[in-house]
Amino acid sequence: MVSREIDELIEGAQDGDHRAFEELVRLTYQDAYTLAYRMTGDEEDARDVVQETYLRVHKGLKKFRGDAQFSTWLHRITANCANTFLGRKVRTRTDELPEDSVVVDLNPQSDPVHRADVGDLRRQLTDALRSLPPKLRAVVVLRDIYDLPHETIAEELGITESAAKVRLHRARKRLREKLYPQESGRHGNEGDQAHAV
Amino acid sequence: MKAIRLMPSETLVCNDVSALLAEFADNPGTLLEPASSHLKACLKCQAEMAQFRKLIRVMKTLRADLAEPGDDLLGDVLDLVRPPASVHRLHRSDRRKVYIGGIAAAATAGAAGAFVLATRVAGGRRLAS
Repeated sequence: MVSREIDELIEGAQDGDHRAFEELVRLTYQDAYTLAYRMTGDEEDARDVVQETYLRVHKGLKKFRGDAQFSTWLHRITANCANTFLGRKVRTRTDELPEDSVVVDLNPQSDPVHRADVGDLRRQLTDALRSLPPKLRAVVVLRDIYDLPHETIAEELGITESAAKVRLHRARKRLREKLYPQESGRHGNEGDQAHAV
Repeated sequence: MKAIRLMPSETLVCNDVSALLAEFADNPGTLLEPASSHLKACLKCQAEMAQFRKLIRVMKTLRADLAEPGDDLLGDVLDLVRPPASVHRLHRSDRRKVYIGGIAAAATAGAAGAFVLATRVAGGRRLAS
């Protein structure tokens, strides 16, 4: 995505050029969809989130002053829409795993020692992300994939900054447990006193 | 290796440090004492830190991956944000077509009715004569 091209399209769209806005959507909707899909873990939900996102972008584009990159602004709106969507969904769902449930893959074949390439690790990580509870997944996706600051994440998800940090650590631990189940199980259970420093 | 001397209250075990690793994995330099000293001396915690760091590194590479939303999402989004004026114009032109069609249909029906009526009247006169 060429940043200058995006800037020109934003300017045009802000001046009322609908074709410029359409082109802006065309260039960015896949990125918004990817984030929405990562946060919701469901294709249909992600589509709903993207539609809501662009309605808000359309409504708020005149207020966009370019202090941040357009992609960052788009990610914030997408995250906010996804969070609202997930909040509505959780209220009507009964089959969700509790936040504290730990899902550990005990299959020895999933041990990274047996997995040679990073491509496989990426696939495993994508699967592990999908298995996280939505609240944890949202934070770790926004921080570790999209590099949003804690403050922004907290703002868009409607939580405190410290809650965002706690969720991030919990999410990272869960992911590590999924990717390195043997090491995760071992560590901390044996001879801790021997390693006391 | 230089011995690390800590007060008993500062003594840490792997479990204590492990709780901090997920938080400081993106910036291990900010890990405070005595956890920092423990990490330097403990291979297990170093291995765990390395796993967290690798995890975060791989997460960052996922940024470039784009999911495939399917063909119709773009059209759906563009329909949603289409300016109301053009939608209005579209409706108005559609209405115009309906009006013109209605008038044409009514005119045709009227002409046909008149034709039938005229035929019957002519037929009645023929019978009378």
